[in-house]
Amino acid sequence: MSTTTTVAKREIRAYFNSPVAYIVVTVFMLIVGYLYWSQLFLEKQAELRYYFNLTPLVFTFIIPAITMRLISEEKGSGTLEMLITMPVRDWQVVLGKFLAGIAMLTAIVGMTAFYALTLAWLSPVDKGPILTGYLGLLLMGGSYIAIGVMASSLTRNQIVAFILAFAISFALFIFGQIVQYAPDWLQPVLAFLSMGNHFESMSRGVIDTRDVLFYGSLMVVALVIATASLESRKWK
Amino acid sequence: MADVMIQVDNLSKHYGTNRAVDEVTFSVHKGEVLGFLGPNGAGKSTTMKVLTCFLAPTSGSAKVAGFDVFDQSLEVRQRVGYLPEDTPLYKDMTVLEHLNFAANMHGMTGDRVQARIKEIGGRCGLTEVAGKLVGELSRGYRQRVGLAQAMLHDPDILILDEPTSGLDPNQIVEIRDLIKEVGKEKTVILSTHILPEVQATCGRMLIISGGKLVADGTPDELRAREKATRYRVVIAGNGVTAEAIKDKLAALSGVVGCQKVEGEAAAHTFTIDGTTTSDLRKPLYQAAVDNKWPLLELTRQAASLEDVFRNLTTGEESKS
Repeated sequence: MSTTTTVAKREIRAYFNSPVAYIVVTVFMLIVGYLYWSQLFLEKQAELRYYFNLTPLVFTFIIPAITMRLISEEKGSGTLEMLITMPVRDWQVVLGKFLAGIAMLTAIVGMTAFYALTLAWLSPVDKGPILTGYLGLLLMGGSYIAIGVMASSLTRNQIVAFILAFAISFALFIFGQIVQYAPDWLQPVLAFLSMGNHFESMSRGVIDTRDVLFYGSLMVVALVIATASLESRKWK
Repeated sequence: MADVMIQVDNLSKHYGTNRAVDEVTFSVHKGEVLGFLGPNGAGKSTTMKVLTCFLAPTSGSAKVAGFDVFDQSLEVRQRVGYLPEDTPLYKDMTVLEHLNFAANMHGMTGDRVQARIKEIGGRCGLTEVAGKLVGELSRGYRQRVGLAQAMLHDPDILILDEPTSGLDPNQIVEIRDLIKEVGKEKTVILSTHILPEVQATCGRMLIISGGKLVADGTPDELRAREKATRYRVVIAGNGVTAEAIKDKLAALSGVVGCQKVEGEAAAHTFTIDGTTTSDLRKPLYQAAVDNKWPLLELTRQAASLEDVFRNLTTGEESKS
């Protein structure tokens, strides 16, 4: 078994040994559940539009809560020294932590599949946009996770890691909302950097390579920075 | 030599302008138990962090088992077992889970893992706490988990940063015995600021102070390096003033210093420093006989490691 998966497995187990995971799951399910059921009963519309529209925002604070402890806790308690003096490369530590975050993300997103299933049971649905929407959720969530890992690698304080990850994630979210108020030259930049814009087309059933590449590069950049941050202890 | 396990050359590590480790050079051979001594903040932990590839040296080089700590850090880490200062461990894992985790991180798989955990766990006295959470263990047990984890992958070199700090006297003896036993086949470096520990476990010691290496040798060699040998002389005070005796004693050849100290009420007590090359006991006795001083006591006090340590480390501090 590779060291990356050993690190990931340990982190996943640590999640379920701490109350944070349960709180995060509960909060997420409550918010998403409200969005879904209120639409279903109040507006008599059986669709996942609200869920897909608002998840980019919900993720900006839910995911930093998942990722905040990943590296900062180890920095603070000193276990990072124990971990990193074992035969493991710095990027393997970062990747293992990221994968544990992805597992957590997949678990909470997976739980909302229950809503999609009730939807399909209530009325005939178009499966395509739902599937691509879920894929989009994982890609967007994965980007938020990578940002969270990066923020967590920069500090030894979990609260700071949370706030930093939230600030970056929220900025990337809000770019999409303020495009129309920005000066003309800035609009394409903001639209490109917006988390929601890239997700929107996926939630409508379109998989555009540019969107996938956007999330992919965001993850790579964030994880490379996180690795560099771990390696910075060795800078001369 | 072929069996050099650790070779450190002109190693320096600076934090900003603070020279935590300054041009340190030493080597450790196979089968040696090396004590790394120094006051708090002298650079012991920093040196160990460099040797275990946690930090990179600012300048100079360190080779562990023939591999460079910076360029071949993975190879180094495979061969080193490290117990960091204060034994950081994951508190949310059980002892068994923690040892399994460490074994997997070292690429150990299958039946070998369980056999090895059983063996090392037994040697470190962890069998009865195997199912307990690390966070619930006492300091002594946590230290043992850290030690077991460092030895799990059967490394050639053990680097232990203050392995006995925070333990009670019984636990200290147990851990020392364990280190001595391991030291028969492996190379061990342990840091401490407790002197009896070095005498009890280490064949050789390095003293580091203000980031600089100030001494390197066996405890006996270092004791011998101490320049002065101290004598204690007690003379009954029947009519002779202390000053008169002091003047005559100080005039003897080979006497470097003579001081009156507090002692018995009816006697004069002196401490006399002489060079290590000459034995002053005979001249001192002769002086007492010649002057008809009733000599009550004459003892030669060998320099203790404490003296050596204090002289070497306080001298350095005043310089910097």
